[in-house]
Amino acid sequence: MFLKMEEVGKTFNDKEEGSFEVFSEIDLNIEENQFVSLLGPSGCGKSTLLSMVAGLEDVTSGSIRLEGEEIKKAGPDRGMVFQQPSLFPWLNVKENVLFPLKGHGSKKEAEERADRFLQMVHLSRFKENYTHELSGGMQQRVAIARALAMDPKVLLMDEPFGALDEQTRHILHEELMKIWQETQKTILFVTHSIQEAIKLSDRVVVMGTRPGRIIADFSIDLPRPRKRDDERVIELERKVMDLLEGEINKVLREELHEASY
Amino acid sequence: MKLAIKRIGFLVVVLGLWQLVYSIGVFEDIVFPSPIKVAGALYEGFADGDFIKALGASFRHLFMGLSLAILFGTVIGVLLGKSKQADETAGMYLIALQSIPSIVWVPLAIMLFGFSEFAVVFVVVLGGTFVMALNVRTAIYSVPPQLVRAARTMGTNGIPLFFRVEVPSSIPYFMTGLRLAWAFSWRALMAGELLSNGPGLGYSLRYAQDYARMDQVIAIIIIIGVIGAVVDQVVFSKLERNVRKRWGLLKS
Repeated sequence: MFLKMEEVGKTFNDKEEGSFEVFSEIDLNIEENQFVSLLGPSGCGKSTLLSMVAGLEDVTSGSIRLEGEEIKKAGPDRGMVFQQPSLFPWLNVKENVLFPLKGHGSKKEAEERADRFLQMVHLSRFKENYTHELSGGMQQRVAIARALAMDPKVLLMDEPFGALDEQTRHILHEELMKIWQETQKTILFVTHSIQEAIKLSDRVVVMGTRPGRIIADFSIDLPRPRKRDDERVIELERKVMDLLEGEINKVLREELHEASY
Repeated sequence: MKLAIKRIGFLVVVLGLWQLVYSIGVFEDIVFPSPIKVAGALYEGFADGDFIKALGASFRHLFMGLSLAILFGTVIGVLLGKSKQADETAGMYLIALQSIPSIVWVPLAIMLFGFSEFAVVFVVVLGGTFVMALNVRTAIYSVPPQLVRAARTMGTNGIPLFFRVEVPSSIPYFMTGLRLAWAFSWRALMAGELLSNGPGLGYSLRYAQDYARMDQVIAIIIIIGVIGAVVDQVVFSKLERNVRKRWGLLKS
């Protein structure tokens, strides 16, 4: 198996509030070249799980293996795109994309790679611009180009379009689909949007909360591009919605309960 | 253009009031000279080279003192910013040291180093180091954790992470530290020189006072103020603004 999570658990230890278990015993296998979404309400630990795959969070129990190798820390074999673009403001667009390439291969090769991926996200014209001169959607495209430029085995995306407006999100969905088909990358995509997950993914892993766990796992083999008014898409959306409704109510009830104290 | 007229107008009013107080004769002539007399002293001081020499000496002290203050301040600031242990141990004392007016160090400097130029430099160093250290510490704290996380996913850790992400990310705050270190050092310089045996602008000021040349005293005060404002505006504020703009912290 390409990316293998076995009995993965995460517990945060806080000196003041004691320890808090986000989830335990998560088993998930992801095949190469697949586009897999982790979908769930806030608090289910989907972003935490993604950070653990990235190596930014420690694994409390169990193990995560990428091509058989256990993940211990962050590394360039796993590219990450965050909800916030997280670009370096003191570098221009091209320098940002060149950042992970420094020290790997020749300068000329690096430049060519950077140019190629900037072209892929349609930002060749903005190479020399500083990142704060770009719109949110353009910044996120730079972040995608930067993650792809280092040729990771897997691309991790943590609600990458969550902070964008509807219009921009649609455009970026289409771009991401093209990029995915072109590069054949394995993508692990975290979202709380049912529509987004169904529109993009080969497979949607639905997570529940308190405790965080996997409650369903759908394979979607509808042809792309998927239209929102496609019956099969609507049917799937309803199915996932029913599954999540109980989970969302659980969160709401708990929050209201806490608030009443 | 309009701004220049407003500023010149204000200056004219102040000079007018000054002349008025002088003409009414509130103070004796010897302690309160007229604007014309001060202008004369300014001209005279520059013409015979006394002020130039004093300024040269002052800038020499400032250059040495400020350079060391920036160096020490940066080292201390980075240490406290990076090590929680160091900050918990010494961080509070830094604020205490920072709140001590530089003139307080002068007696100590004179006892340690005599009436030497080194004593003046010593006071300037103490004047600038702590404010620099505090700002560098803030600069290190202000590095967005998100940028560090992003860099780590690109395989950048340890020393490369420090130099490629944390250092450039803290430069805007570093510039603020530089501007404040200059301002504090300039004040410390005057305090130190005032009680020194010269040469220097502060020493010239006390010398003029000893000989009851109030026109020269006021002339020197004007020079100190003008240099303070010009260096701030032309060098440090401009530098800080440019960096902030470049880093996208300021809408252009």
